[in-house]
Amino acid sequence: MRMYDVVIVGSGHGGAQAAISLRQFGFEGSILMVSRDTELPYERPPLSKEYLAGEKPFERLLIRPAEFWNSKNIEIELDCDMVSIDAESHVASSADGRQFAYGSLVWAAGGEPRMLSCPGADLQGVHGVRSRADVDHIAASLRSGANRIVVIGGGYIGLEAAAVLRKMRREVVLVEALPRVLSRVAGETISHFVQSMHKGQGVDLRLGVGVKRLVGDGSNVSGVELTDGTHIPADMVIVGIGIIPSVEPVKRAGVSGENGVDVDEQCKTSVADIYAIGDCACHTNAWAGGAHLRVESVQNASDMATTVAKVLCGQDAAYDAIPWFWSNQYDCRMQTAGLSVDYDQTVVRGLVAEAKFSLVYCKDGRISAIDCINNTKDYVQARKLIETRKVVDSVRLADASVPLKALGDL
Amino acid sequence: MIKIFAKLRDGSTTAISTKPDGSLMEAIRDSGIDELLALCGGCCSCATCHVHVDESWLSRLPDMSEDEDDLLESSEHRDNQSRLSCQILLTDDLDGLKVTIAQAD
Repeated sequence: MRMYDVVIVGSGHGGAQAAISLRQFGFEGSILMVSRDTELPYERPPLSKEYLAGEKPFERLLIRPAEFWNSKNIEIELDCDMVSIDAESHVASSADGRQFAYGSLVWAAGGEPRMLSCPGADLQGVHGVRSRADVDHIAASLRSGANRIVVIGGGYIGLEAAAVLRKMRREVVLVEALPRVLSRVAGETISHFVQSMHKGQGVDLRLGVGVKRLVGDGSNVSGVELTDGTHIPADMVIVGIGIIPSVEPVKRAGVSGENGVDVDEQCKTSVADIYAIGDCACHTNAWAGGAHLRVESVQNASDMATTVAKVLCGQDAAYDAIPWFWSNQYDCRMQTAGLSVDYDQTVVRGLVAEAKFSLVYCKDGRISAIDCINNTKDYVQARKLIETRKVVDSVRLADASVPLKALGDL
Repeated sequence: MIKIFAKLRDGSTTAISTKPDGSLMEAIRDSGIDELLALCGGCCSCATCHVHVDESWLSRLPDMSEDEDDLLESSEHRDNQSRLSCQILLTDDLDGLKVTIAQAD
């Protein structure tokens, strides 16, 4: 049995950054990173954007060049599914029967795309968007002539995919079960703006309607039947309805958690020497009014990775980084700071009709989050106001001619 | 191949040999320097690839977009030589470019 001081499970932004940061902070022990993926660590955000559009080759998505990992003495096992953990003896076992002893285990396995559960969900031509392989399947299907695409889910992944597919001049129908897109992560003003942008670009939006079943033509998907009885012909279906955290092995090992796995501010789980970071780590977030939640973002994965690396190097560290996020759709740049989960007021700054504005979320007179549309200045300046938790004047806040940084001087 | 000289946060300088077919950020990252997080992957959505460009090279770089300018404002280490390295596409003309990795914010 091979033994490592640190075993990292997962090779996404969290797992890769944990390994990089450990070496950067001077960790001299042995490190193994294992992943179900078959590729070396790569960036995921471009998958639904530049990579799908064919604008960036895969090599430019690599988080580090192949030789980097070897030079830093970081071992990597790809195509390796860690399925069970014996927490007492500190041994992790893979699906193909290999065993790895660990000093500390960093669970950074992220999640699997949630797929549909309706009849027809397992037909050929139905794709999630999470890995390089997912997007390669979609690209291959597009090359072989897929033209009518149904995107299921109006979250960031679905909307970004729809934007790229329209740029490629495919026919796109986007189905969202809730009455508006981005309803889980943004306020109505943002949703309505994004909806009208996609409509203007030719996306056929179907809101507030569910998927009853997928219809097949033999083994391939040929259409989507909605709960209102509508039938939409489809050459391909892309499903972007969130992820299911990949946490079963650590939960069977005794780690607590209802939504992913629970971690404290050092990213420690309830079981000794097992840490969790990234999309699957449910934590008390200081920027969400103390809510216990998972955050699916590069920022969260990377900053948690840095935290766990410091902890494993014996340094003081507590995860309290301010959340931020971005999305690009068509020529529109969206940037978010903070988390819009705990607010009692929203304020619009700027002109929605000119596609340059911000939606500010406030709680008790303080800015808790901001969504910016083509408005980087507000994004940058709001971050500082969120961090300092200053009370701001809501009348001046609504006046786009007053820079946000001026509000901090009150 | 062109050469780029990157001064790291500890004051040492690393010479990077690279093909001029990507951004300065990618060249620095791929050379094994871990001081740039470059979290957004180079799409000008964060400010984690901040460098200071040697004065003599500044005028030879592409102009700064409004977004880049705004993002740089988020750094406490911004000065008049600051650029986001993801926004500098390498060309043969930039052979010998000298930059300093900005301190972490």
